[in-house]
Amino acid sequence: MDYTWNFDIVWSYRWIFLTGTAVTIGITIAVVVLGLVAGLIAGIAQLSRSPTLRWLSWAYIEMFRLTPLLVLLLWFYYALPIMTGIKLDAVTASVVTLTLYGGSFYAEIIRGGIVSIEPGQSEAGLALGMTPARVMRRIVLPQAIKRMIPPLMNQSIIQFKNTSLVSVLAVPDLLYQGQVAAMDTYRALEVYTVIAAIYVVVLLPLTAIVKRAEKRLAQSN
Amino acid sequence: MSYKIEVSGLRKSFGSLTVLRDINLKVESGQVVALIGPSGSGKSTLLRCLNLLVMPEGGAVRIGKDSFAFGDGSKLPAVREQARFRSNTGMVFQHFNLFPHMTVVQNVMEGPVSVKAMPKPQAEELARKLLAKVGLSDKVDVFPNKLSGGQKQRVAIARALAMEPEVMLFDEATSALDPELVGEVLGVMRDLAAEGMTMIIVTHEIGFAREVADRVVFMRDGVIVEEGPAREVIGEPKQEATRAFLSHFHNRG
Repeated sequence: MDYTWNFDIVWSYRWIFLTGTAVTIGITIAVVVLGLVAGLIAGIAQLSRSPTLRWLSWAYIEMFRLTPLLVLLLWFYYALPIMTGIKLDAVTASVVTLTLYGGSFYAEIIRGGIVSIEPGQSEAGLALGMTPARVMRRIVLPQAIKRMIPPLMNQSIIQFKNTSLVSVLAVPDLLYQGQVAAMDTYRALEVYTVIAAIYVVVLLPLTAIVKRAEKRLAQSN
Repeated sequence: MSYKIEVSGLRKSFGSLTVLRDINLKVESGQVVALIGPSGSGKSTLLRCLNLLVMPEGGAVRIGKDSFAFGDGSKLPAVREQARFRSNTGMVFQHFNLFPHMTVVQNVMEGPVSVKAMPKPQAEELARKLLAKVGLSDKVDVFPNKLSGGQKQRVAIARALAMEPEVMLFDEATSALDPELVGEVLGVMRDLAAEGMTMIIVTHEIGFAREVADRVVFMRDGVIVEEGPAREVIGEPKQEATRAFLSHFHNRG
C-alpha cells in the first residue's frame, strides 16, 4: 500500500478531538448515573409484591432492551415531538434515550443480583426480627451489590461505546467531531484510526478494574 | 401449669398439598420437645409456622405473651407485628445461614444492634459472652467461610441467643454436619436445655432426642401421630407408624 500517512493534519485538530472526548465522557457519566437510578427502580419493581409495578417495569425493560439503540434515538428525537408535542434538543434526547436504554440492562443485572442471594439469608434476617426492608438493606443488598459490580461496570463500558450513536443527532461527541474533521481534511484513515484509539485508551483502565473486581469476587466466594 | 407455647388447630397447605392438618401442641416453660418423623411429615413446616417464616392458613399460635390467629376473618399480621413476634424466638437452620459479609462477632451483634437498637459496645460485650459460651472465643474476628460446619452452627446458635428469645427453634441443626462435628453442636444444645431454655427441636438424632427431650412428638403426613415422654415414645411406641419409623434407626444402630 503506497499510502502516505499524515498525522500532522490530525494533530492540528487535537482541540476538537479533545472537546469531543470530553462530550463523550460527560454524556457517559450522565447516562451511567441516571441509568443506574432507572435500573435500580425498575429492578426492585420487578421484585415488588404489586402485580401492576411488576408489569410496568417488565414492559419498560423489554421495550428498551429489545429495540435497537439507533432506532430509539431517532424515535425520541424525531417521533416523540410529533406524538406528544414535546421537542427535546439533541443532547437531551440523547441523554434520555441512553439513560432509559442502559437502565433496562442495569435493571436486569440488579434484579438478578438480588435474587442470586440464597433465600436462607433473608430467612435468617427475618428470624432475628428484622422487617423485610431492613433485611434488604442490611443483609441482601450488601452481598448482592458485590456480585453486581462487575456486570454493572461491563454494561457501563458498553454504554460508553454506545454514546457514539448520538453523532447521528449531530451531538458534538468524539465520533461527530471526527466525522467533521474527516470531511474537512479528506484524511478518513488517520482520523478514524485516532478516534478508535481514543475509545480504546479511555476504556483500557476500566476493563482492568473490572477484571480485578471479578477476581476479588471469585476469591471472596 | 403455664405453657410457653400453645398451638391450636394449625393448618397449612402448599397448593393442593396439605402439609399440616389441625395441629395442637402445648409446650411448658423450660421444656424441650423433639419433633421426629419421616421427611415430608410436616415437622419443619410446623417449626417454621411458629416464627411465621411460613404463614399458617388456620388456627392460632401463642408464644409467651404474643399470639396470632390465622384464617377466616383474621387479617394477616402487619409486617412490623410479624417482626416483633419473630424477635421473641431464636431459629437455628440446617444450613446455618450465617451472614458471609460480617465477621463472627458482627453476625452475633446484628440482631441486637439492628432490631433492638442496642448500643454497639453493649452488643459486642453480649456477643463475646455468647461466643465464649459456645466455645468460640478464638474465632470472634474471622469471617464465617473460615469456620467448620460445627463452628458455623455454634455461631448461629449464639446469634439466635443474642436476641434473648423466650424460645429456641432448631430445624435439623445437625443434619448438614459431618458426623464428627455433630457432637459439638449437640453439646451446646444440651447445655441450653440444662439451663432451662424452652426448645423445640426437629431432629433425626433419635438418641439425642431420647436423652435431652422431655417430650417427643412423632409426626406423619401432617398430623401428630403420637406424643408423650421421650422414653415412652421412643422406648415403647404405642402406634404402629411410630414403631415402623423408629425401626429404621434401631436397625442401623
